[in-house]
Amino acid sequence: MSSSGDSARFEPESVDGPHSGEVSAHGARAPQQELDAEQIGRTFREGSGRAVAALIRLFGDIEVAEDAVQDAFALALKSWVKDGLPSNPSAWILTTGRNRAIDRLRRESLGRAILGDLVREQSLASGEVDDELDPLSDDQLRLIFTCCHPALASEAQVALTLRLIGGLPTREVARSFLVEEATMAQRLVRAKRKIKSEHIPYRVPSESELPTRLPPVLAVAYLIYNAGSGRAPASGVEDRCAGGAEDLCAEGIRLARLLHALMPEEPEVTGLLSLLLLNESRRGARFAADGSLISLREQAREGWNPQLILEGQELLRACLRRDEPGPYQLQAAIQAVHADAARIEDTDWAQIVAIYDELLHMTGTPVVAMNRAIAVAEVDGPAAALTLLEELELDSYYSFHATRADLLRRLERLDEAKLAYRRAAELAPTEAEREFLKARAN
Amino acid sequence: MNQYLFSLHSDGASCQTDMAPEEMQQMFQRIQALESEMKSGGAWMFSARLTESDSATVVRDSNGETLMTDGPYAESKEYLAGFYIIQAADLDAALVWAGKVSACVGRPIEVRAFAGFQS
Repeated sequence: MSSSGDSARFEPESVDGPHSGEVSAHGARAPQQELDAEQIGRTFREGSGRAVAALIRLFGDIEVAEDAVQDAFALALKSWVKDGLPSNPSAWILTTGRNRAIDRLRRESLGRAILGDLVREQSLASGEVDDELDPLSDDQLRLIFTCCHPALASEAQVALTLRLIGGLPTREVARSFLVEEATMAQRLVRAKRKIKSEHIPYRVPSESELPTRLPPVLAVAYLIYNAGSGRAPASGVEDRCAGGAEDLCAEGIRLARLLHALMPEEPEVTGLLSLLLLNESRRGARFAADGSLISLREQAREGWNPQLILEGQELLRACLRRDEPGPYQLQAAIQAVHADAARIEDTDWAQIVAIYDELLHMTGTPVVAMNRAIAVAEVDGPAAALTLLEELELDSYYSFHATRADLLRRLERLDEAKLAYRRAAELAPTEAEREFLKARAN
Repeated sequence: MNQYLFSLHSDGASCQTDMAPEEMQQMFQRIQALESEMKSGGAWMFSARLTESDSATVVRDSNGETLMTDGPYAESKEYLAGFYIIQAADLDAALVWAGKVSACVGRPIEVRAFAGFQS
């Protein structure tokens, strides 16, 4: 499971970016170029995240920053082959991108006006290249909070985050969410246009704003992870390509790690990372070889990843010491209780119910109540749980019907169970779920 | 500084005339207090409550001739009831004001920035 630290990547739209007219005096070295292109690409991607964020701060414009990085990539392909990889790729990309952007802006009359403003505002003060990569990574925080601004629709937040922070090209973002590339491109264009036209500020929210500004950021990371976790981990090469389940789960976790590195004092951020790692620890065991779903009850626990469990539990302990509980921490705690059980029979269901009590008190959503009922069934029996479910309005949620079906089955009310499984299958969001539920119906 | 329009839309159902006089009075007081705050905060530029939409007149040019119709432009239950023109450093600042207006009038507020001359 790739958990390569907290560096963000940025991959420009196309390998063949615009050329700035600089021709290498040494000429092209074709065979070596072939070999190094992938290495250059990877190094570039890893270093460009911080550079993008800094360029947005310098130029006050996302498009200018994106173009700058694209230009820098074209140059990197030539000059890194010739001169080797730079010791500080982020700084190289930032300096190169900054210079290319200034060149570009000078060529456009509109651009010259923008440049004038920027010089006046001192944000492009010359000779301070080293200071421009913000050591506190405030730039990356600014970018994350801007991408996840509550004035943007959730799907726009996700798209921007994957594109600008995750560094995925538009076509990969589109594939991840099963939309046409043109649709995703349009979504990104609209979001960037809104940021510009409505003057959404590029800043880190103040302490007092965090309660409203942090939840969308966490929700986006969670959404990205969940979009990947509904599918089986990569079995073949195709899935390992961008847009596959593996990549989205990796992206979600990478983002959560970055958030944790940038905001180590926020317990909900730590809680989210813990939750994702604990969920990820079981993903391998959740799917059979043919991609079909295996329930928690039936999973082979040897297939759970012990390192991820350990890390998740350690993060959770750090949260508990803070004693500022929140929904993500509580969800992580529930997963940690499951991770503690060597077999399903060893699960401390009473503790899970207690945590759900707290979660329900905090969020009061019907889905939480439903999940609590599932745990209650293990402590007080399926009849008690069924009674709880009757109070809930979740008719359009497939998991609700699946839960009811399971309880009815355990109470030997088989005809009712069958109907409920069928209803659940109708509403199921993925093929794997649908097959699982249809099989249960029979 | 940037300019924003806050527009307040009424749906036919919640007409102000349906409110009891004391309620109306309280709402106006709240609005006045808020506008005072906006003015001392340097945010308020202009605001107005509009007359009933069915008293509107639509004017059209047809080959140099001015045509007039009685009634609003759009045939819909919702109509523009009033607006604020605000100046604010950025959208976040504008949204704080919009939140206060919305709380005052008990209706959603649409926030839109003024377009620059270069887009």
